[in-house]
Amino acid sequence: MRSDPADFELIAPASLQAAVALLAENPKAWLPIAGGTDVMVQFAAGTLAARKLLSIWNLPELRRIEALPGELRIGAGCTYTDLRGNEVVAREFPLLARAASWTGGIANQNRGTLGGNIVNASPAADSLPALLAYEAELILVSARGERRVAYREFHTDYKKMNLAANELIRAICLPRRFSGYVQYARKVGARNAQAISKVCIAALARIEKGEIKDARIALGSVAPIPIRLVETERALIGKRFDPALVVLARKTAAAETRPIDDIRSTARYRAAVVSNLVGEFLERLGAAATGHE
Amino acid sequence: MTTNHAAKRDFSLTVNGEPKTVRAYPMERLLDVLRQELGLTGTKEGCGEGECGACSVLMDGALVDSCLVPVAQAEGARVVTIEGVARDARFRALREAFLECGGAQCGICTPGMILAAAYLLEKKPKPTLDEIREGLSGNLCRCTGYIQIFEAVAEAARRSAAT
Repeated sequence: MRSDPADFELIAPASLQAAVALLAENPKAWLPIAGGTDVMVQFAAGTLAARKLLSIWNLPELRRIEALPGELRIGAGCTYTDLRGNEVVAREFPLLARAASWTGGIANQNRGTLGGNIVNASPAADSLPALLAYEAELILVSARGERRVAYREFHTDYKKMNLAANELIRAICLPRRFSGYVQYARKVGARNAQAISKVCIAALARIEKGEIKDARIALGSVAPIPIRLVETERALIGKRFDPALVVLARKTAAAETRPIDDIRSTARYRAAVVSNLVGEFLERLGAAATGHE
Repeated sequence: MTTNHAAKRDFSLTVNGEPKTVRAYPMERLLDVLRQELGLTGTKEGCGEGECGACSVLMDGALVDSCLVPVAQAEGARVVTIEGVARDARFRALREAFLECGGAQCGICTPGMILAAAYLLEKKPKPTLDEIREGLSGNLCRCTGYIQIFEAVAEAARRSAAT
């Protein structure tokens, strides 16, 4: 049953500084709300536990994308539409641009934020495998200052994260060193728009003269948190590309993922899809290798 | 049943070009404020959870699902609903194309479809079929099978280009 709005306070501070000051006073009292694409769904279902909401929607400090020489710094309040419209994201971080394009529909992309996708911590979140593959770092802010954590150390278990109640994510930082990489992303679900992934992948590799110099493969919807396929990556790095390597990578990938049955898919189907997606990624890599020689 | 945590406050916003002030709880949905406080019932409620697009409006120029917007976040915003589109000459071709191509049947999805189409055509005046499909992908219709709706948007784009 839908919640009664009379039971909920919502305030909208005008600056990030004011928002973190409120969190510092009484950290556990407030639930931050940005574009509401998750929080308002819980409100509609009557399952929203928090009674006091702190709006951080459209705070200018969180809505910037800064292209620094070494990294792209994306404000946590940037929407999927902001990401899709940014030239540096499109050119250097296509895995994130593509994930943004298949998150929700256009209206949700105009409201849903990258920071919100991270703190909502769904195992099926479309943007998170890209953050893992690019080895993103997060800047967290509180009234005491800022700290920086690697995204791979941020989600620790299902819906558990390295974020104190008085902190907000300020920005997501992507190192700008992937322009020479083969980049591959795919979502497998009932449809791209408005459907949650059964499996999604974001993968990167650099190949020189037929030898794989670097590889990163990240998956969503196959574990309580998004994961990197470290064994598969290890099996690839330093090897020359050949068909036997594809077979080995597919086997390794299937062996190191343990998906579950749920309402959207079965463990067996997901394991098969993981293997196929890794195979498709390597075919792309093989084509790139041949192209270069 | 529960204790009150909020008091009603005044929120000012511009709706279809007119300044309005509404007295509401901050977590009231923009959808309910439009329909119940302002009597703008053209905006429909479908799923109430951001899946169907029936409640689509423009907020500061961006397509949003008004069921997912607490009114406090619409403070100071410019909101356009189907009633605003209905009297805006820029959208005449779009309205006529929906009528002529059979883009509306039962009518529940139509206001949201038209808002999503208006938003698409503002950004991409000559959309491809794929762009139309993507632009309307957050709006569900259980009558038409979508084809007539896509045709209506393509037809509106053709007519707008011709004038």
